Amino acid sequence: MSYQLKWSVLWSGQSGHWLLQGLLTTLQISALAWVLAVALGILSGALRTVPFKPLRAAAVFYVEFFRNVPLLVWMFFWYFGVPPLLPRPVQDWLFDHSAEFWAGMFALGVYHGARMSEVIRSGIQSIPRTQFEASVAMGLSVWQSYRLVILPVALRLIVPPLTNDSLNLLKNSSVALTISVAELTFQTRQIETYTARAFEALTAGTLIYLVLCVGIAGVMSVVERRYAIPGLIARVGGPGGHARP
Amino acid sequence: MLDLSVITHNFKFLIVQGFLGIGNFGGGTLRLAIPAIALGFALGIVVALARLANAAWIRVPAVVYVEFFRGVPLVMVIFWFWFIIPQLLGLPLPEYGIALTAFVLFEAAYFGEIVRAGVQSVPRGQVEAARALGLSGVKSMRYVVLPQALRNMIPSLVTQMIVLFKDTSLASIIGYVDLTKAAQIVNNREIRPFELYLFIAVVYWICTYSMSRMARRLERRPTPA
Repeated sequence: MSYQLKWSVLWSGQSGHWLLQGLLTTLQISALAWVLAVALGILSGALRTVPFKPLRAAAVFYVEFFRNVPLLVWMFFWYFGVPPLLPRPVQDWLFDHSAEFWAGMFALGVYHGARMSEVIRSGIQSIPRTQFEASVAMGLSVWQSYRLVILPVALRLIVPPLTNDSLNLLKNSSVALTISVAELTFQTRQIETYTARAFEALTAGTLIYLVLCVGIAGVMSVVERRYAIPGLIARVGGPGGHARP
Repeated sequence: MLDLSVITHNFKFLIVQGFLGIGNFGGGTLRLAIPAIALGFALGIVVALARLANAAWIRVPAVVYVEFFRGVPLVMVIFWFWFIIPQLLGLPLPEYGIALTAFVLFEAAYFGEIVRAGVQSVPRGQVEAARALGLSGVKSMRYVVLPQALRNMIPSLVTQMIVLFKDTSLASIIGYVDLTKAAQIVNNREIRPFELYLFIAVVYWICTYSMSRMARRLERRPTPA
């Protein structure tokens, strides 16, 4: 292999600035999409329990359709397919205000909302109904039994899979490069294009993702262990859960 | 407003070329997804057994492997292989080879975690009973633990297969002509993005939804005593 490593390309010229910009864009698009995903997840999860069939059907359709189609297809759909159907002023506004960012954010949020919906629903469903009935029987109000009994347990059950899916969202934000959102992977490719130093550029991008993901997973696993109720949740690093050493 | 003739006119190209991979481009979603699932799962079993090994020199590399691939976006991994395989081999590899390698190595980390959880879900007494009956370590894994573990993991295994099936769309970013790329090619000529991308969304959905329905049926089947 005749390839000569030259790490200095990462801090000479504009590379460092590009990487930082990319990291910031990745964090921005992920954070906004995360908020949208959690809101849609809670909303569609709640709608699946209302006693009105069309609303339930709409929620089921949303979850089953959106999470079963590749994110890349949604990126193209929201970026190329939808804007031409919008009214002219909205289109103009969008293309003046980085349409690719908003389309990417929307695609990411709507796609992950369907996945979060399942995470949140299975967390709430795993709490036996008798817990609620028992707390009402003990004289707690509905609000109190949710706040003091149901939610403390439900949140502890939901946090690990939610962390896992939030990290998936962060990693999936890289798909937004296909609609030219200037996030971290996009900037990595740009450095490669400008310097012809693929190995160094990819290493830098990969390390940033690794630090982000392993860091967040580590913090969340400390949180989880710290707030664990002994004997309540016996968790053996199950499928989908983040691996424990 | 919705002009479906763009679909009917290009149906053959989208499905036969893009989805099945029969035609001049030699791409195809199925031609990539099926070997990727089979090989990724096979390598996943190896990774899982390595992670469960007693010897640290086998276990530690497997842990590093899994944690590395689970901490990096697939897009990044595809770019890595796109760059590094021609460098290592000294000759250019077709997109198919690059995409398949990237998918197999990436998904093996996820399959490995599922297999590991499945193996750990088999009660310890089963191994002890198998060993007490005189089976060797390898044989008790092969005839006692793995068959039970596989049954326990069906739901998460199918979920991961669906994820992998959807992920094959990312091969289009290095120019592999799968269903997504085929839609892009048609769109460049026809400029009907709404209809085209909605159509391939439905095609993907039919595949993934039938996979998950099949999984539900498998789960319901009573397990032999």
